[in-house]
Amino acid sequence: MDKDELVEYFRTQVRQDPEVPSAVAAIRTLLEFLKRDQSETILGLRENLTQTIRRLEEADSSVAVSSGGELFLRFISLTSLEHRDLSQCKKVMVERGELFLKKISLSRSKVAKLCHTFIKDGAKILTHSSSRVVLKVLESAAADKKRFTVYVTESQPDSAGRQMADKLQNLNIPVTVVLDAAVGYIMEKVDLVIVGAEGVVESGGIINKIGTYQLAVCSKAHNKPFYVVAESFKFVRLYPLNQQDVPERFKYKADTLKAVEDLAEEHPMIDYTPPSLITLIFTDLGVLTPSAVSDELIKLYL
Amino acid sequence: MADCGEPDGPGNKDDIARSKNEGKELTKEEKQRLRKQKKQQKKHKERKNEKGPSETEKDETPVSLLPPPPPVATQKAPSALPAPASAPIPVPASAPFHSSPAPSPADKPAKSKAELKAERRARQETDRAAKQPGSSSSGIKTKVPLSELNPVVKRLPEHVQVDDPAVVKRLAKKLERQQIPLRSDYGYKVSLFSHLHQYSRKAPLTQLLSIPSTVIHPSIVRLGLQYSQGIVAGSNARSVALLHAFKQVIRDYTTPPNEELSRDLVNKLKPYISFLNQCRPLSASMGNAIKYIKKEISNIPSQCKEEEAKTKLLKCIDRYIEEKIVLAAKAISKYAIEKISDGDVILVYGCSSLVNHILCEAFEKSRKFRVIVVDSRPRLEGREALRRLVQRGISCTYVLISALSYILPEVSKVFLGAHALLANGYVMSRVGTSQIALVARTFNVPVLVCCETYKFCERVQTDSFVSNELDDPDDLMVTRKGKTQLENWQDVSSLGLLNLVYDVTPPDFVDLVITDLGMIPCTSVPVVLRVKNLDQ
Repeated sequence: MDKDELVEYFRTQVRQDPEVPSAVAAIRTLLEFLKRDQSETILGLRENLTQTIRRLEEADSSVAVSSGGELFLRFISLTSLEHRDLSQCKKVMVERGELFLKKISLSRSKVAKLCHTFIKDGAKILTHSSSRVVLKVLESAAADKKRFTVYVTESQPDSAGRQMADKLQNLNIPVTVVLDAAVGYIMEKVDLVIVGAEGVVESGGIINKIGTYQLAVCSKAHNKPFYVVAESFKFVRLYPLNQQDVPERFKYKADTLKAVEDLAEEHPMIDYTPPSLITLIFTDLGVLTPSAVSDELIKLYL
Repeated sequence: MADCGEPDGPGNKDDIARSKNEGKELTKEEKQRLRKQKKQQKKHKERKNEKGPSETEKDETPVSLLPPPPPVATQKAPSALPAPASAPIPVPASAPFHSSPAPSPADKPAKSKAELKAERRARQETDRAAKQPGSSSSGIKTKVPLSELNPVVKRLPEHVQVDDPAVVKRLAKKLERQQIPLRSDYGYKVSLFSHLHQYSRKAPLTQLLSIPSTVIHPSIVRLGLQYSQGIVAGSNARSVALLHAFKQVIRDYTTPPNEELSRDLVNKLKPYISFLNQCRPLSASMGNAIKYIKKEISNIPSQCKEEEAKTKLLKCIDRYIEEKIVLAAKAISKYAIEKISDGDVILVYGCSSLVNHILCEAFEKSRKFRVIVVDSRPRLEGREALRRLVQRGISCTYVLISALSYILPEVSKVFLGAHALLANGYVMSRVGTSQIALVARTFNVPVLVCCETYKFCERVQTDSFVSNELDDPDDLMVTRKGKTQLENWQDVSSLGLLNLVYDVTPPDFVDLVITDLGMIPCTSVPVVLRVKNLDQ
C-alpha cells in the first residue's frame, strides 16, 4: 500500500463518517495497512508502520493522529512479543486491532455518560470552538431532560464555533455565539466551562484550539470549574513546559507546514493549557485529575 | 515509638558490661542468649500490654527489641535491622518492599501462639473501644499486633529525637552493644531544630575512642571520617564511595566456621552502618544502596562457595553503580537535552553532579546556551560547579542567592538537582532550593528537577523541620579584615547559630522531573515507586 493510497484511504474514512475522531481514522488506516502488508519480519513490519504513521502525520498534522499512531505502534510491539510465527502474529494483531477499534468507538459515549451528571439544571455552560465530544456530552445532558444554555466562542480563524452553534440549535439547546475577545466579559455569567482536547499531554495539560489557554486563565481568575473531555487515545507522550515548547509540527496545519518556509509569520492553530488551570479531565478511563494522567500514561507505556 | 524509657532487664546489663570489659566482640553464644532473653521479655511485655494501657511502669525490655531502626533519621528502609530474628532467611521474591527476612524457623511455633494472642488482643481492643470511644489504641499497640500478624509490614523509619532523653539512651545502648562510640552534640541548638543532632567538625568520631578493627573495617573508618569532615560530599559521591568501601569489606571478609555468608555478612554490616550514621546521617540514596546490598547478600544460595559468592556480590555492586548512577545519568541527559533549546539562559544552584553532566553533554551536542550559577554560604558549592562548567567553555555568570530576584527575569529555565524525591512528590535538596523554586514560579520560569530513580524515597515529608541535618554551626563564622564577629557566640546565651543542610520543595513549584525512566510530573513519584517495586 503506497503513500497516496494510504492518505486517500484516511481521507475517505474522515469524509464518510464526519463523526469519527481523526485518531480512530488513523488507526483504521493503519489496520488496513497491516492487513495488506507484505513484510517478512516483525522488524520490517514495525519499520513500515513507523513510516506510515509519519506519512499520515504529514497529511493531517493534528496531535490526535500522532497519539493514535503511537498507541497502535505500542500495542503492536506488545503483541509481537507473544508469538513466534509472523503470520500468526499478524492474525492476532488484526483481531486485537479490530477489538481495540470497537472499544474506542464506544469511548465517546462513555465520556458523555460520565460528564453529563456534572451539568446541573439551569446551568450556563461556556465552550470553545467545535468539539464532537462536547457535543455528545451536551446531547446526553439534554436527553436527560436538563435545562441549560450554552455560550460558544466564535473561534477564529476558521469560525468553527458557528458550526457548533448550528449543531446545538438542531438539538434545541439555547445557544449564543460570542467573540473570542468577549470571554472575559461573559465569564462572570457562566457556571462552568467544558472544552474538548486534541491531545492530553503527560503533565496533565491539554493541547487544543487556539484560545483555550486564555479561556482557562479567565475561568481560573473567576474560580469557575474548567472541565476537559477527551477519549483515552488522545493521551500523548509530550511534555511541554510552555507555549514555545510545543513542537512546530502540531502548531500549524499540514498544508501550511509544507507550503510555507518561515513559520514565524504564520498563526498557530493550537495552544497548550497547563494542568494547574484544569479542574478535571473526563475520559473513558474515568474522571481524572490532571496529575492522574501521568499515572495512566506510566501504566500504559512503561 | 510510644514505649520509651524502659529500664534495662538485669540480665542484659551484665552481659553488656561483661563484653565491654573484655573489649572484644560478643561471642555468638552470648548474642544468641541475649536475643532469646529479649524475645521472652518482649512476649512478656506484650501480654502485659493487653491487660493495661500503661506501658511505662512495667519492667520492660529496651525497645531496641522491636524491629529497631536506630532512632536517628533513617532514610534507610525499614528492612535494615531485623534484630528479633535470630537468623535472616533469603527473602521471598513476593515481598518486594523488604529485604527484611521473614521470621526464622524458631519463631514458627511462636507464631501460632502469636496468632491466638492477636485474636485475643483484637477482641480486647473491640471491648475496650466499646467502653471508651476515641481513646487508647495508641500507635504502638496497634503496630505491635500488626507486626505479629503480618511480618512483612513496612516499618517506617523512626525520626531523630535528640531532645528526648529516653530515645537517646536507647541509641546509646544500641551503639554500646555494637561497640561504636556515641558522638556528642555541640553547641546551643535553635529550639525548632533541637530534635536533630548537631556535631562539630573539630571533634570527629575517631578521636574519641579507639575502634578495634575487628569491629569496624578500616576502609569504613576512613569513609566515615571523609563524610564527617566533608571531604566526600554530594549524594552521588557519597553513595559511590559507600559502595566502594563495601566492596573492600566484602573482599576482606571470611566466613567464620559454622556460619553462612548470607546471614553473617549482613550482621557484620550493621555496626558499620551505625558508625557511618554517627559520622554523618545517611542520605536517601545511601539507604537505598544499603537496602539493595542486603537483599543481594541474603539472596546468596547457601550452597554457593565463598569465593564465588564474593565475586558475585562484587559484580552486583559494580552493576548497581553502572546502572543506577552512570547509565541513569546518560539517560537523563538524553531527555534533558530535548528540553534545552538554542538561546536558553539556564539557572543552576549549587553543585549537582547530574546537572553539571547534563550541561556538559548539551554543550557537546552544540546547543547554544549560557548558564547562571547561583551560590550560597557557607558551603559555596557553586564555585565548584562554576569551575567545571567554565573549563568546558560554557559561558557562565555567578551570583549569590540574595541576587536571585534581580537575575530571574533573564532566565528561561531552572535546572535543579535533588538529594531525594519523597513519596508525596516533595523534593528534598540543598537548602536554598525551595527558595529558588518559589521565586522562579512567581516569575513563571519553568523549574526542572533532575533525579535518578535510586534516590526515590518512601518517606513522606511536608516541611523541612521534621527531618533534616544540622551542620557545624562554626561554619557560619566569617573572618573579615582580621576580625571574626561571631567568635565567642557560645558565650552569648541567647544566641544560636543554625546551619541547615537540606530543605523540602513542594511539588507545585516543580514543573517537571527528569528521571532515567522518562519525564514525569512531580506528583507521579509514588506511581514510579510502585512500578519499580513490582519489577524488583
